[in-house]
Amino acid sequence: MIVRIATEGQYRVPDDQHERLNQLDNEAVAAVEAGDEDRFHAKFEEMLELIRAGEEISDDDLEGSDVIVPPPDTTFAEAAADFTGEGLIPG
Amino acid sequence: MAGMGGRMSTVIKAKISRLLDRAEDPGETLDYSYTKQQESLQQLKKGIADVVTAKKRLQLESKKHEQGLVKLDTQARQALAAGKEDLARTALERKTAIQNELQSLDQQVTELEAQQQSLVEKEAKVRQKIEAFRTKKEVIKAQYSAAEAQVRISEAATGVGEEMADIGLAMQRAEEKTENMKARAEAVDELEAAGTFDDLTQLGGGKDDIDRQLEQLTSSSEVDDELAKMKAELGAGSGGEAKQIEGGQ
Repeated sequence: MIVRIATEGQYRVPDDQHERLNQLDNEAVAAVEAGDEDRFHAKFEEMLELIRAGEEISDDDLEGSDVIVPPPDTTFAEAAADFTGEGLIPG
Repeated sequence: MAGMGGRMSTVIKAKISRLLDRAEDPGETLDYSYTKQQESLQQLKKGIADVVTAKKRLQLESKKHEQGLVKLDTQARQALAAGKEDLARTALERKTAIQNELQSLDQQVTELEAQQQSLVEKEAKVRQKIEAFRTKKEVIKAQYSAAEAQVRISEAATGVGEEMADIGLAMQRAEEKTENMKARAEAVDELEAAGTFDDLTQLGGGKDDIDRQLEQLTSSSEVDDELAKMKAELGAGSGGEAKQIEGGQ
């Protein structure tokens, strides 16, 4: 699957990493909801590392992304504003 | 693998697609879409130039405030020499507060510098994607039926569009940072204006709101240290009884 790190670039990540990625995503969002800044950064960083371990997509490749994650310099305050609003998170 | 992606992705995808909506209409005809891409590229270039201009202005502002620091320092010395320790303390408190603000301003300018660099790199990437789109479009047009070409080309346009929206997001972040910094620079301005007094005699002993806030903001030990240092420099010889200068005549 193709994953984009917003403001950075696209990576081809093996499909079998999807579960792990999803799990980290849930943990990062849970950390935001719990107000745990350190844990959010740790989980988010782990996510980014997992994605960056994939193969970078070349500049003349025109594929859309399956998954887009927030910019690497996302602050805790931004994450809180983005991920705890009720309307934005689907069931 | 439809419906994949976690909660973060859903939010960010929504953001990206909002930007994408603004950037181009997927229903547009193929050649027009290339023209649109070129237009968006021009906008990106302008956006980058704006960020650079704002950054330079802030750097100038920062320099100006550094000069303000020198002025406050001089005024503190003058006040102390005139035996007005309260006034000297106020000047030093403001100096310390401005110094702290300036430090984080400088840090943000450095961060903005890095962001500008990455925007320039991304612009090159977008340009390359647009070029790839143009080539691919011609190949698809030649090889496929009109209906299928339409589908394939619009898929490719989505890829370019996502890249455009992404650099749009990066630009937005850079602009927000610049705005924050502008607000910060203005706050330093106010602080400096409040602490810079042309005529020392005009300032009484009474404390205003700003003074009280400043006392909370600045580490008083820092100010005490500097005050002591100044006293030592000024009063070496007279035993530190600066008040005599004022009343002795």
